[in-house]
Amino acid sequence: MRFFEYEAREIVKRAGIPVTDYGFTRSADEAREIAERIAGPTVIKSQVLSGGRMKAGGVQFADTADEAKAHAETVLKLEINGHMPRGILVDPKADLKQEYYLGVVWDGVRKKPVMLFSDMGGIDIEEVAEQHPDHVGRMHFSSRTEPLDYLAKECIAQTGVTGRALQRITPILSRLAKLFLERDMTLAEINPLGELKDGSFVALDAHMDMENEARPRQKALLKDLEIGDEETREAREATEFEIAGEEVDGMDHRGVAGNVTEFDGNLGLVIGAGGGSLTLFDAVRKFGGEPANYCEIGGNPSVAKACGLAKLVLQKPGVDKIAVMMSIVSNTRVDIVARGVIKACLELGYDPAEKIAIFRIPGAWEDEGYKILDKYGVEYCDRSVSMHQAAKRAVDKIGAAA
Amino acid sequence: MTVAENLFIDVKVDDSIKNDPAITTKLVDACPVDIFAAGESGSLEIVTKNLDECVLCNLCVDAAPAGTVEVVKLYE
Amino acid sequence: MSILLNEDTTFIVQGITGREAVNLTKECLEYGKGAKVVGGVTPGRLGREVHGVPVFDTVEQAVKHHGGPIDGSVVTVPPAFTKDAVMEALANGIKIIVIVTERIPRQDVAQMVEFANECDARIIGPNCLGAIVPDVIKMGGIGGPAKDAAKAYTPGSIGVMSRSGGMTTEISSTLTAAGLGQSTAVSIGGDAIIGSTYTELMPMFEADEQTEAIVIYTEPGGRMEAELAEWVTENNSRLPIVAFMAGKFMDEMPGMSFGHAGTIVEGKADTATEKIARLKEAGIEVAEEIAEIPDLVKAQISKKQEVTA
Repeated sequence: MRFFEYEAREIVKRAGIPVTDYGFTRSADEAREIAERIAGPTVIKSQVLSGGRMKAGGVQFADTADEAKAHAETVLKLEINGHMPRGILVDPKADLKQEYYLGVVWDGVRKKPVMLFSDMGGIDIEEVAEQHPDHVGRMHFSSRTEPLDYLAKECIAQTGVTGRALQRITPILSRLAKLFLERDMTLAEINPLGELKDGSFVALDAHMDMENEARPRQKALLKDLEIGDEETREAREATEFEIAGEEVDGMDHRGVAGNVTEFDGNLGLVIGAGGGSLTLFDAVRKFGGEPANYCEIGGNPSVAKACGLAKLVLQKPGVDKIAVMMSIVSNTRVDIVARGVIKACLELGYDPAEKIAIFRIPGAWEDEGYKILDKYGVEYCDRSVSMHQAAKRAVDKIGAAA
Repeated sequence: MTVAENLFIDVKVDDSIKNDPAITTKLVDACPVDIFAAGESGSLEIVTKNLDECVLCNLCVDAAPAGTVEVVKLYE
Repeated sequence: MSILLNEDTTFIVQGITGREAVNLTKECLEYGKGAKVVGGVTPGRLGREVHGVPVFDTVEQAVKHHGGPIDGSVVTVPPAFTKDAVMEALANGIKIIVIVTERIPRQDVAQMVEFANECDARIIGPNCLGAIVPDVIKMGGIGGPAKDAAKAYTPGSIGVMSRSGGMTTEISSTLTAAGLGQSTAVSIGGDAIIGSTYTELMPMFEADEQTEAIVIYTEPGGRMEAELAEWVTENNSRLPIVAFMAGKFMDEMPGMSFGHAGTIVEGKADTATEKIARLKEAGIEVAEEIAEIPDLVKAQISKKQEVTA
């Protein structure tokens, strides 16, 4: 779950890392007041969960409070990559001497968190790592104990940074590492950390991602930041169709029939499980089919849930038929899913034989499932028909999007 | 078009056990998908909307006196 | 032979009284030569039995009751309690732990792995279905009920490793249908951080005489495949590898995760396209469809044999 910059800065501040005297607001008048308080040149920054802010004109510089207000008005109305800003940050314009990059991420191969440091801050760290590898320091640390200062110091020293900068940045990086663990982040970045002409070091921008799985135990922080459970902060906002999918999955606690994602195509998919859905979605596209949706069935959902999911997909505008496909199931039952999808057709007044282009779910209770499918004349296949062949059959029957 | 609430499964219960609170309790406990419910005075009721959730576990058949509960597959 | 497990492996099930765990226990007891499930742990349920398996409050009680070290544990407790359950198992000398639970924060996994390393133990998962040695033993829900597992898995020479539990069975079943049995199939888990990556299991397959080739199922997200490609390049492995990559469509949707928590693309190196390129550079064959895998495996095996001949 990604945080807005103003939230990320608050998190950083709470960890004892110095930040500028910024202000967050949703109104231009308040922006003026903040600029007056700052009493000097300011930066007006759009608060959106999207990259490319600067390019899109979402960052403006102002010399006076009136100018700050005028920029605030423009920026508040500016859509960036399809996102309207949550508000704006009014930040004192920093008198910069040098910019640094500080970050902490997980290394899935070493299975440890790793601190990252660069004396080439302000730009994309992947780029720096590629072009100037000697300007990037890396230091793994244990997730079982509080990260110690000397590890941060070694990380910074790898880039050749020494003197006062080394002394001052060391505790900042180790605090960032500490907050990374305490707050269950998957990414904690200060970029840039500015060394100002007055000799102080302050975080000028911060980027934080919290692990979704850890949200339940970070409730207190999220509440402080006024982030409700309904705010998923996915890469894009959930559509009505996707929200309806969540509701289907929430009907009862048996298994999963959800994780719905909307696409533009005409081929309705009722697919599963995790890996099976990924494979089948690719397969449909490989044969020229255009899926209307992605979804996942797994963990042996109830008939009602399978039915609800199939109904949702069948009712999506532009969908004429659905393909019901999974990799071999061992927990989810073939007969239960068969009942669910057939019921969905009948309750909507359709003939299952007509609406279900193909049913390819082999595995647990398949014999029972096939009896049901036979009775309603639905075309099905067993494990001797591969997932790709089944997907092709669906595409052949449904056809490419108009 | 209206569709029956249960399309796939029906449960037939012999009249002799319909008003036996002890058997009702056993059936309510046995069924993992809540097909049985206790009516007033402990009479046995079938929850029609849950019939299609039947997982064919036969626990109800085992819990009741032999031959008094029958699970019928409507697709056979 | 096999890796990780054999017919003598003893294990417990932590969280044994849960609905899914009850099924899993039965499946393991009934599959192959019958797993030696020597106990179960659910706090507060001491004295109960699940399919004849005695239930204890603590792992220590289970070990004491068994009268000697227990090899493994299948952990199926809710995410908030998983770390503690795994630490308990490790502290009581258990050396192979299959974590079935999903939705465990990475930090917890990292901490479990660190402790496991200190204990010289191995974790499989989380978010996995465990491992199976065809016709011998299964540890975890892999393959489902004994009769279904028997349909998909047969003994043979192919090692299977997969980030998806279901696809482990789909791939093994496809191999079985083509006359290629499996030495051991491992569902390694779908999370961003897992106890055992492909690379960490490779030396075990390498040392297993029965294994002649490896099939892996992979997804976008993480550096696990790049790690394998590096390992293969550096170690001159005797085992040919065939890979299948699912989720290619996700390359167009950075920042979103589908299927498994670990699939989120966080950098350029995480994409399907990039991974396929890395694998191919290392001489790993990448199948376009599952159905192609058996032929690719057969071709790779005979190619290796020609080289050695």
